[in-house]
Amino acid sequence: MANRSLRTPTVAVSTSQPSSVVHPNRNDKLWRSLAAHSVLIVLAAIFAIPFIWLLSTSLKPTEQLFKLPPEWIPRPFMWSNYAKATTFIPFFLYLKNTVYITVFNVVAMLISCSLVAYGFARIQWPGRDALFFVLIATLMIPGAVLLIPTFIIFRNLGWVGTPHPLTWPAFAGNAFYIFLLRQFYLTIPRELSSAAKIDGASEFQTYWLIILPLARAALAAVALFTFLANWNDFIGPLIYLSDKSQFTLAIGLYGFLSRVKTEWGLLMAAATLMVSPVVLLFFFTQRTFIQGITMTGLK
Amino acid sequence: MAALQELWQARPGRQQWRLTPSVRRDLRNGLLFVSPWLLGLLIFTLYPIVASFYYSFTNYDIISPPVFVGLTNYKDLLTNDPLFWKAVGNTLYYVALAVPLNLLVALSVALLLNLKVRGMVFYRTLFYLPSIVPDVAAALLWGWILNSQFGLANAFLRSLGLPTVGWFTDPAWSKPALILIGLWSVGGAMVIFLAALQDIPDYLYEAADLDGATALSKTWHITLPMLTPTIFFNLILGMIGAFQYFTTAFVLTGGGPVSSTLFYSLLLYSNAFSYFKMGYGSAMAWLLVAFIFLLTWIVFKTANRWVYYEGEGV
Repeated sequence: MANRSLRTPTVAVSTSQPSSVVHPNRNDKLWRSLAAHSVLIVLAAIFAIPFIWLLSTSLKPTEQLFKLPPEWIPRPFMWSNYAKATTFIPFFLYLKNTVYITVFNVVAMLISCSLVAYGFARIQWPGRDALFFVLIATLMIPGAVLLIPTFIIFRNLGWVGTPHPLTWPAFAGNAFYIFLLRQFYLTIPRELSSAAKIDGASEFQTYWLIILPLARAALAAVALFTFLANWNDFIGPLIYLSDKSQFTLAIGLYGFLSRVKTEWGLLMAAATLMVSPVVLLFFFTQRTFIQGITMTGLK
Repeated sequence: MAALQELWQARPGRQQWRLTPSVRRDLRNGLLFVSPWLLGLLIFTLYPIVASFYYSFTNYDIISPPVFVGLTNYKDLLTNDPLFWKAVGNTLYYVALAVPLNLLVALSVALLLNLKVRGMVFYRTLFYLPSIVPDVAAALLWGWILNSQFGLANAFLRSLGLPTVGWFTDPAWSKPALILIGLWSVGGAMVIFLAALQDIPDYLYEAADLDGATALSKTWHITLPMLTPTIFFNLILGMIGAFQYFTTAFVLTGGGPVSSTLFYSLLLYSNAFSYFKMGYGSAMAWLLVAFIFLLTWIVFKTANRWVYYEGEGV
């Protein structure tokens, strides 16, 4: 990211058209736009086909899966694939486990990151910038080196085989989200804090009553990213969960694959059930999402 | 990354602090606010780094305490473990192809979308969406699409009269297949590029228009130089991620066929969590970290030759 990103985050992706540029050669422009559109349409088809194929397969009867050439429209529509998929694996149990871990993380992450970012953005104290430098540096540590010792810590705590290693660490925050929130807090005028202080507000009251309400957009982005990271997480549950009754959807789906290699209809139905909350959430919160990504340039 | 440089410039020691009561209060409050992260840093980052370094010189099966063995793990890895070199080769192959290809595709699609085409929001949504699909679900879906007998991809090749491909049965095709799957989720990098593109001030292009510059030369002389910090950023993150590539391969191939997709992280995982060779796994992790750091350092070193930061003068 460019230098300035540290001070002022780029919050909005403007889609407004620059009106000032008038190209002398209109024909040229028309051709370019036509060419761009045709390439985009082909690309769009390539990106969309896997989604369409996912849905189509999830609704097909078993015999139709192996028809050559492949058929796009299920005949008949096997809505029962979905019912079967949810009983073939204990889908609702896995869903419950996933929701528990995800919600826990969202709440804990919002609390910890919003507090820590406040300490880095809104209070001046000796050593702060050095520590913030350390925070940024931790972003570059490959996770592979932390995996084994972290596992041993949790093993010594007797937490392996429980969801705790996947939940409690969220209270320690996450460097990416702290960075994102700090950038946002920095854009809130300092005068607001000073005014609150003059009125006798403590540091915590300033955080709670002034900063948090103004940082809603950034907090929403953090909540979304945390949701996604935990909903999609595979390695964490793979390493820490051993009891089937505690499995998440990601692990459950993986177990499903290794048990039934050819029931593609059921597999795709289960995959669709796992993907659809993510897709729905994205459609409803697109602006927050895109803003969050561009806010720091970090994803 | 310039953020790092800037912070380094502003590191303490340049600022004189006197511990007046108000500074002391701010220090206490500041530390209090960052304490959750500080604690996490100690427990989940600093301690593990030290511990992992120590474990890498031991034999440790977690049941009995670690036994110090000096450099044995490193020596065995480098001289006595053919799987290690297989994994190194596979991972380098993957990084060398996947990282540039991802950058190229993300950048090209972003450039296309930045032409102010109609329906930009629709395209952006569609191209971004795959990147938030859970890896496991994406792996299952692509496993089915690339199924050598009944998959959509081979059916398409057949309809064109081309020979079909054993995507995950032929060791020559398994890595390209995984790279292809990865390209489906370039959306994250694309959105970052798109934001950077929209940050480029219009007056640069207007000035070029006055000089009669062609679209191509504007892209080459304005857009790309202005994008270099973003390219640099995506390159570093892409590299660190690609070296640790795990989930899709683990789910889809488990390392096969004939170890052709046995990536570094897969081997590390099986050593540590299937065979409980924690010392050996830690040594693997440290070799990986050393290599990633070396490469990142090289990229950083070359950065001032090709990364242009606005406001630094030309």
